[in-house]
Amino acid sequence: MRFHPNDVQRRSRGAAAALFLTIVFLMGSFFRAQVLQHRRYAIAAEENRLREVPLAAARGLILDRHGAVIAENIPGYTVSVLAHREDSLRAVLGRVAKIIPMASDQIELVSRRFRRGSSRPTVILSSASFDLVSRLEEYRLQFPGLIIQETPKRYYPDGAAVAALVGYTGEISDDELGAEAFSGYKQGQQVGKGGIEKQYETRLRGREGVRFVEVDARGRVVRNADAETTLLPEPAAALTTNIDLDLQRYVAGIFGDSLTGAVVALDPSTGDVLALHSAPTFDPNRFVGGIPVAYWRQLNDDPRKPLLSKALQGRYPPGSTWKLATSVTALELGLVTMEERMAVPCTGAFQYGNRPFKCHLARGHGLLNLQQAIEQSCDVYFYQLGLRIGLQRLIAGGIKLGGGSRSGIDLPNDNRPSFPTEPIADYFNRKYGARGWSGNSPSLNLAIGQGENSQTVVNLARFYTALANGGDAMTPHVVHAEPERTRLFELDSATLDGVRAALAGVVSRGTAAASQIQGVVLAGKTGTAQSGRFVNGTELDHAWFAGFAPAVAPKIVVAVMIEYGGHGTRAARIASKIIEHYLKAAPTQFLKTEGE
Amino acid sequence: MRRAIGVDFPLVGLALLLSIMGVAAVYSAGQTDVSTGLANLWRTQSLYLALGLGAAWMVSRISVRALDHFTPPIYIGTLLALVLLLFVGRGAGTGQHSKSWIYISGVSIGQPSELAKIAAVIMLAKVLAGRSGAPQSLAELARPALVIGVPWVLIMLQPDLGTGLVFIGIFFAMLFWAGTDWTLLVLAASPVVSLVLAFNTGIWGAWFILLVALVFYARPHILESIAVVAANLVTGVAAPIIWASLSPYQQRRLLVFLDPSSDPLKGGYHVMQSQIAIGSGGWFGKGFTNGTQKRLGYLPEQQTDFIFPVIGEELGFVGVAIVLGLFAWLMLRCVRVAGRSTNPFASLVAFGLVSMIFVHVLINVGMTIGVMPITGIPLPFFSYGGSFMLTCWLTVGLLVRLSIEGRGRADSLVI
Repeated sequence: MRFHPNDVQRRSRGAAAALFLTIVFLMGSFFRAQVLQHRRYAIAAEENRLREVPLAAARGLILDRHGAVIAENIPGYTVSVLAHREDSLRAVLGRVAKIIPMASDQIELVSRRFRRGSSRPTVILSSASFDLVSRLEEYRLQFPGLIIQETPKRYYPDGAAVAALVGYTGEISDDELGAEAFSGYKQGQQVGKGGIEKQYETRLRGREGVRFVEVDARGRVVRNADAETTLLPEPAAALTTNIDLDLQRYVAGIFGDSLTGAVVALDPSTGDVLALHSAPTFDPNRFVGGIPVAYWRQLNDDPRKPLLSKALQGRYPPGSTWKLATSVTALELGLVTMEERMAVPCTGAFQYGNRPFKCHLARGHGLLNLQQAIEQSCDVYFYQLGLRIGLQRLIAGGIKLGGGSRSGIDLPNDNRPSFPTEPIADYFNRKYGARGWSGNSPSLNLAIGQGENSQTVVNLARFYTALANGGDAMTPHVVHAEPERTRLFELDSATLDGVRAALAGVVSRGTAAASQIQGVVLAGKTGTAQSGRFVNGTELDHAWFAGFAPAVAPKIVVAVMIEYGGHGTRAARIASKIIEHYLKAAPTQFLKTEGE
Repeated sequence: MRRAIGVDFPLVGLALLLSIMGVAAVYSAGQTDVSTGLANLWRTQSLYLALGLGAAWMVSRISVRALDHFTPPIYIGTLLALVLLLFVGRGAGTGQHSKSWIYISGVSIGQPSELAKIAAVIMLAKVLAGRSGAPQSLAELARPALVIGVPWVLIMLQPDLGTGLVFIGIFFAMLFWAGTDWTLLVLAASPVVSLVLAFNTGIWGAWFILLVALVFYARPHILESIAVVAANLVTGVAAPIIWASLSPYQQRRLLVFLDPSSDPLKGGYHVMQSQIAIGSGGWFGKGFTNGTQKRLGYLPEQQTDFIFPVIGEELGFVGVAIVLGLFAWLMLRCVRVAGRSTNPFASLVAFGLVSMIFVHVLINVGMTIGVMPITGIPLPFFSYGGSFMLTCWLTVGLLVRLSIEGRGRADSLVI
């Protein structure tokens, strides 16, 4: 074979041209990517390289009215992992589980967190102990995607004593993430789960910061990115509440572990919540960073239901504490005066229709006027008063006095009391059927705070602020706000004095005579409410006391309820101690009296 | 006319410059923030370069006549090695699925298919040079096709798609250099084109009409015309069947080539990360050893098949343009060697070798930027690997010899 020089020259040129075009084509491709589309690829490279690590902001402190700390933040540790696929996350968890014990449901939980949002590190432990963290640090090299951060951890120095009030914090749930109210929240964040923490979430949350870490192709953390890219978190400002922490502690101390019930203490001039407690309580500190399963089960299995707020959610028949509502309704309508006696004297029972209605005092009170009837809590008097008012007006009066509405306190789970609604015929027909009730008969029970009436402790306390103020009910406020008054009733001053005198008489010589306080006139009303629950044939009663002190220009209103606590005097004694503690006065005497 | 003097120093200098840049690139590929075990590869690569230079020097001492003489045994030996490989070969790197490596007691010795390229080039050159003229018909293409076809089949059985493509590139390039008519080359290639286009009936139909028109224009032998048309019909129909017989990774790679975004976390992931590395380099790059994509392990096989993105990321478009420019210059020098050689065998060998380098550069560089399929073939002088470095420098050594012996003709190409 021979190559003619011309042919070779032609082919050489052809080859050179092909070569040239190919190189130009390749360079063009690179020019397009490196120069024309540089920005796009540069961003993609940064996104590859950098992962966002949230820096949790410290929640705002919660302070009492004097600046004492109710909720604060202590250093804690969060352990999270950066993974780009679920199987690699599980692989890391499997290795972590060899060093720190992890239940399989915990691993499932972490996987679920990952599926919710994988761009941020997935939290494994939101509150790890120092010991645990140092153990993990020892094996640092085995866990390249692991991020251990110091994060502020919620702490309640008084723990269980403030649980009913502050609630607790916890990781945002799936439902919350989907809710409008939590728009802007992200997977893994801590939010208020109850009480003040939940109510004032927006004021307490602070602004989350962010830093960036550099990760490799497998999502392993290589190093922290430049410090200037870090956005520091901004803690929220402290939230000052109306709570008197000293009183709150005292209240919780009185209840201890054995009693079940609730206390609400209000300042009647403003509606400020001075103390609010529900017993038995729980330790909110154990809820922070995930509730231990055993503790959660224990709380849920407890028949006394520690997680149910007995101050806000629990509804109990108010018993004789409601006689003041009956009295005020009748007085306002002009159906009775403080001095008026009823036609039938108390002989221990009152015959209505074919049924006797009992008084709590079997031997009877004889003939009493309204003031004495309040002092002695005579049921027979109030049966007759109830009949005189009539069912229609009795219920309308109860509704007017706030018996059917929420207290309006600035806390979640403020339950609506259970009270007949208007029109009452519809209400009773719905409840008992058209023939299940007749005429005035429900009035007898309603007049003494039984029957179709269950009040929350906080709502009863609100009603007693109206008694203390001469008609103005104050909406309870945990956090300072403009006082909100609602005019519940209008009585002339002589009648008001009479009512106050009767309430003072309850404590000085009536059913709560054991609960007097030296130098302070305490006014209030006991209640012993039938619960409908029987043990060995005996009905258990809820013990109530609602009252205020001093009787003139009152400084504190207290409502105490002891679930299945028996006689109202027990509640009165607790209320008396609370008031005494608050007013710094000493009790005078402890007299034994017969029950109401 | 022979002159025993005059080594083509620009050619050697360019190859040496590219190799040194290559060692530097391998060094940079080892500078990562994650443990990759690549940190010291540049030392080994330097050693391979030294070995390559030694081999090149030795090869440059072999006369063209001797080379011509020893071509058949070299070729036969290579074929035997490839057959042997089908039984003892193992995978490595991006080619985990292919049996391209020879191991002796657990130590990888090399990839015979790299050297097989050179063997195929010299054998094809010998066959073509032995003819009185360029092949005029498909029948006359049979022998050359057999020379390339046998090693090609053995390599496709490994399977090593990339190297297979190089063989095809060499085949057509050398036929072109031998003066084969372009219509004949198109007709020869047409069944493969049909195979590829068969996935779209409309496009294949258009191609088929063009082919029939070409047959009438070129007027080859009637039997050959029928054979070509029939072959196109068969491959056009057989394509889907052959597709089904491909291994999943080959199917995926082909699909991903057609649409890189179709499979972002698997095959396409590599292209995407490679493009991100290159694109984020900008005009001047992130600085030598500072590429974040590379440092953090986003580049697959950054020391071998994907070494060019390291250059793109760290040295930017300027670096890319320089390297491609140097390659272009080197290849033009090689074409010049081929053009100046009076000996047809020598000229064909030179052109075969440059076409080999050309296909490697085009496919390797093209795949990193997404204009070529990922076939896993290395970049000459850059990619880490002993056999390949040796192949590259044997190529240079041969070209030096050919340049020394081929100075009889006036420059057909002034570079």
